[in-house]
Amino acid sequence: MATSEYTAQELMVAVAAREIRDGELVFVGMRLPILAYGVARGTHAPHARALYELGLMRDRPPAGFLGTMGDPPNVTGALWATRMSNVMALLAQGEVDLGFIGGAEVDRFGNLNTSYIGDPERPATKLPGSGGGADIAIMAKRWVTLMSHERRRLVERVAYVTSPGHGNGAGWRVRNGLAGGGPVAIVTTLAVLRFPEGGGEAYLASVHPGVAVEEVLQRTGWELRVADRVSVTPQPTPEELAQMRRLDPDGFWTGRR
Amino acid sequence: MSKLVTMAEAVVRHVPDGASVAIGTALEPAIPFAAGHEIIRQRRRDLTLIGPISDSLFDQLIGAGCVATVCAAWVGNVSEGLGHCYRRATEQGQPRPLEVRDHSNFSISLALWAAAWGSPYIPTRTLVGSDIPRTNPDLDLADGSVQVRPVRPDVAILHVQRADPEGRAHLWGPLGISEEAGLAASQAIVCCEELVSSEVILSDPNRVLLPETKVVAVVHEPGGAHPAPLQGFWQRDHGHYHEYADRSRTAPGFHEWLEEWVLALSDRREYLAKVDTAGLRVRRHLHSAPVDYGDE
Repeated sequence: MATSEYTAQELMVAVAAREIRDGELVFVGMRLPILAYGVARGTHAPHARALYELGLMRDRPPAGFLGTMGDPPNVTGALWATRMSNVMALLAQGEVDLGFIGGAEVDRFGNLNTSYIGDPERPATKLPGSGGGADIAIMAKRWVTLMSHERRRLVERVAYVTSPGHGNGAGWRVRNGLAGGGPVAIVTTLAVLRFPEGGGEAYLASVHPGVAVEEVLQRTGWELRVADRVSVTPQPTPEELAQMRRLDPDGFWTGRR
Repeated sequence: MSKLVTMAEAVVRHVPDGASVAIGTALEPAIPFAAGHEIIRQRRRDLTLIGPISDSLFDQLIGAGCVATVCAAWVGNVSEGLGHCYRRATEQGQPRPLEVRDHSNFSISLALWAAAWGSPYIPTRTLVGSDIPRTNPDLDLADGSVQVRPVRPDVAILHVQRADPEGRAHLWGPLGISEEAGLAASQAIVCCEELVSSEVILSDPNRVLLPETKVVAVVHEPGGAHPAPLQGFWQRDHGHYHEYADRSRTAPGFHEWLEEWVLALSDRREYLAKVDTAGLRVRRHLHSAPVDYGDE
């Protein structure tokens, strides 16, 4: 594939990477964020550090492909290999700047459901659960979620709040004593949705190249607010693509397999 | 005193029907798949499984009908996605209904620490604002925090790089919730890649995972974590997880998989004969510098 061509997932990785600021402590998680961290570290954030909930801190991304955060290359060269509760200690003290969470279902306030579709007593679909998602959602200074843009995923109100976003609107987190700042962006296969400073309801901030605003609205399960000026999401740069393809040469996570 | 037994003996003696079992406590690495498969072969029933993010071993035990309750943060197939047996059990009650006690990674760790420390509960700010405390009776909302009640496994099963026959174990790499699971459990079974002398283990007591007093059985089970990785020994077999996800999509497909990879085999040695072990073995060894425990 020529570097001028890229998949939706590769664009999402680039967008996620740009959310990482230099020098930040990032709770990385799994899948696309693993690549996003590597891209950020290899481009604009050479002093970022990564935390992995199974008990790792590292700076440089590993040399090899990671199918999970626990693959041996992620341990080689680590800054710290430890128990999970030590990593959670940093999160609980508010020292994690940014976290990433995968979502199955998200609503207009950024609440995530990764547990139950339907009645929890007799669910229509049982999703895998929180993992570290709820912990990140509650205690990281800010977080970003990545998901496929479908009406059944971007819903008016999630049936079950696994990982709380902004609850029922601005001020909800503060009133309810949630320690961290909540979600700042929903990065999808079509667009980037952002939240106002201080929380509240998501709005359409940018559409990916070739995507119409109308298409995003149609494929969102609530009446999505739209920014005064919707921009076009900048394409992945050749450098960003080179970094992510080095970390995932076969496109396992980015849809090139 | 040597605690060395075979895997079959360890399961017969220490994993009875109805037991609560912490397993897969290091998250993706060092998962005691061999122990899980022996539990399936011995047709244990009504188990409670306790874990953090559990890779496909929980799914296999659930599909085989061994499990009544899951107390965990995440059940699925980490690199592939959903756990199909888990879904069939929770959505259709097949092969049997399953009680789920949802946790987050942090809260299951705290629940085990509470048990390890003999605390009635541990208060935390995690899970405030989540629905998880509403659906898990082990988590109580009080005074703007969540009180996490203790979870005490009857037995913790841990795969480690090396151990001695007395049950002193060295595990390195990320530990996940292995320490709190072992300390909270009434008993621990240690499965080791290498069986070594006590001299080797006691040359580095800081690296001993658990007090030997918790360990009731030591099983020398090389390759016992496959397809999970083990630092210094095994890479992760991504293809194996992919094949499992594919074949377990339907109940008949799962049972064919289970027959081929678990029920038709008598032990781990036969299992490993079916695996491309040469391609998965770690070849580039990176030894840490020795530490000096000198005393005078």
